[in-house]
Amino acid sequence: MIKKQTNQKAWFMVLPVFLIVAFSAVLPLMTVVNYSVQDTFGNNQFFWAGMSWFTDLLHSERFHDAFFRQILFSGIILAIEVPLGIIIALAMPKKGWGVPVCLVSMSLPLLIPWNVVGTIWQIFGRVDIGLLGHTLESMGINYNYVLDPFAAWCTVIIMDIWHWTSLVVLLCYAGLCSIPDAYYQAAKIDGASRWSVFRYIQLPKMNRVLLIAVLLRFMDSFMIYTEPFVLTGGGPGNSTTFLSIDLVKLAIGQFDLGPAAAMSLIYFLVILLLSWVFYTAMNNVGQENKGEN
Amino acid sequence: MATIALKDIAHSYSGESNKPDDFALKKLNLTWKNGGAYALLGPSGCGKTTLLNIISGLLVPTRGSVIFDDTNVTRLATEQRNIAQIFQFPVIYDTMTVYENLAFPLKNRGHNKNEIKPRVEKLAAMLGLEQNLFDKAQNLTADAKQKISLGRGLIRETVNAILFDEPLTVIDPLLKWQLRSQLKQLHKQFNFTMIYVTHDQTEALTFADEVVVIYDGNVVQVGSPEALFERPEHTFVGYFIGSPGMNIVPCAIEGNRLKVHEHEIALNRSYPDIPASAKLELGLRPEYISLGDDTQAGLPVTIKKIADIGRQKIAKVALGETLLNVIVNEKTEITGEKGRIAIDPTHINIYVDDNRVEGTPL
Repeated sequence: MIKKQTNQKAWFMVLPVFLIVAFSAVLPLMTVVNYSVQDTFGNNQFFWAGMSWFTDLLHSERFHDAFFRQILFSGIILAIEVPLGIIIALAMPKKGWGVPVCLVSMSLPLLIPWNVVGTIWQIFGRVDIGLLGHTLESMGINYNYVLDPFAAWCTVIIMDIWHWTSLVVLLCYAGLCSIPDAYYQAAKIDGASRWSVFRYIQLPKMNRVLLIAVLLRFMDSFMIYTEPFVLTGGGPGNSTTFLSIDLVKLAIGQFDLGPAAAMSLIYFLVILLLSWVFYTAMNNVGQENKGEN
Repeated sequence: MATIALKDIAHSYSGESNKPDDFALKKLNLTWKNGGAYALLGPSGCGKTTLLNIISGLLVPTRGSVIFDDTNVTRLATEQRNIAQIFQFPVIYDTMTVYENLAFPLKNRGHNKNEIKPRVEKLAAMLGLEQNLFDKAQNLTADAKQKISLGRGLIRETVNAILFDEPLTVIDPLLKWQLRSQLKQLHKQFNFTMIYVTHDQTEALTFADEVVVIYDGNVVQVGSPEALFERPEHTFVGYFIGSPGMNIVPCAIEGNRLKVHEHEIALNRSYPDIPASAKLELGLRPEYISLGDDTQAGLPVTIKKIADIGRQKIAKVALGETLLNVIVNEKTEITGEKGRIAIDPTHINIYVDDNRVEGTPL
């Protein structure tokens, strides 16, 4: 039997990467950790606060509300964008001049910067000059996202769907295009219904891209900041104050650096945990697919 | 079960056209008898798969009609034709078990569970899949997957025909041989009409009662493996069937004398109706030429190269400027550069513009 050779010198090769990561991620993170266990009244004077910011935060109703809003928002947009994305991808043509037309028009929303998207919808939804807001108003529907929390939520959600469904569509479309024709032909020969084709061919073959789509959409929506900030500024009241908006208010608005640092860390850990959950789920599917080649 | 007839079928992927070049399949007429085993043989891109897809209904032909028994099914959808087709790469439903895969075609046609169960079990036993019946299909090996594809075709006992589109391409040589004999056995047992597309002549010749050779969208010969070997109707068939293929040599004929360069061979047939301007060629199987040393009778040749391929040797010899392949028994010793070849006149085929002419016996 040949013994596997070990060569510890290789670790030196990793050193540059380690240094870069240290400066770009670890050290800034440690600064936040440093703030999160201290209190400051300015003048660069710090007082030890221990775990109190964490316990305060975890018991604060404001944090609970923002967290709940965040989960609700991510849940709603996933529940809408994923099925909608699949449906659009299924309806898109597979060949001919329609393909580039669809692909380009699908990509357009993805190319617009976040704050511009916010501004577009901010104006679009305004009751006085916006096309959407004015039309709804003149149809007699009571819509005003500045005053009505429900209208604000609807606008934020529709804006996100408008902005990001394309990503799901493009990923699903790529997944669909990679299915060989023989599968559809075999399904015809087996007398499968349209639903069976979707359930037993298209959906299993899209499995992986769908998981990537869900993961990306979840992470992005969980960290959403710019669009709702431009659109509603977190209002009316606190009704669209998501975690990131709340965090910025706490850190920059109120200058409560300690609690804000504690919140950043918890926010970070939640995202890390959920990423891990998704990663494990994806890996499990990957394992199941291993026999296929 | 049905007799399948193709009437004046032609297909162009760019739609109806006046240019013959647009047609992947040129005009053809074929009849497949109920229960027969047929092979469609031809090089890649000759239109074999197109023809298969026309029979199964995945393609509607540009011209002509497909007839099952007495019914014209040309415009009938695949699912209404009661046809099974097995593709080059195994097609399985990943999320289903082997059992569910096999039951799928029956389930879709509204059969109930009590009816499906014994049939699936019986078929799985025949295919050797009974051990894996409740495993997820996607975790199996390529040949097991291809057996599942095959099983989904066989599960419906009333299919009109089973079409095979080079189904053994992805299978290892040893398993290929096993699957092939298994398939042959199943054919005997079920007596379904079998149409088998392949570019592998061994596969076609061992499988089929009748082989259809397609070349550039035309059917060039329909015949038994023996006919294809002995009397290829087209120079392409002669060249394509056999290893090495037929020697095709330009020649001239005067009465019953065949002239190749300055040499003459006596024929036992005469060919009176050959137009003067036509391209005349002689087809000669390497198996029917015997090579001997310079002292024997026959046409003088120069021996260029001898390749030993196991049980036989292939000698490349030059008759004038023409190179010929000759199959020589392994035990025959050949030395020197000079030799003589003897040709059996009963195995000579004469081609006029690539098509075989029969001639009249003397």
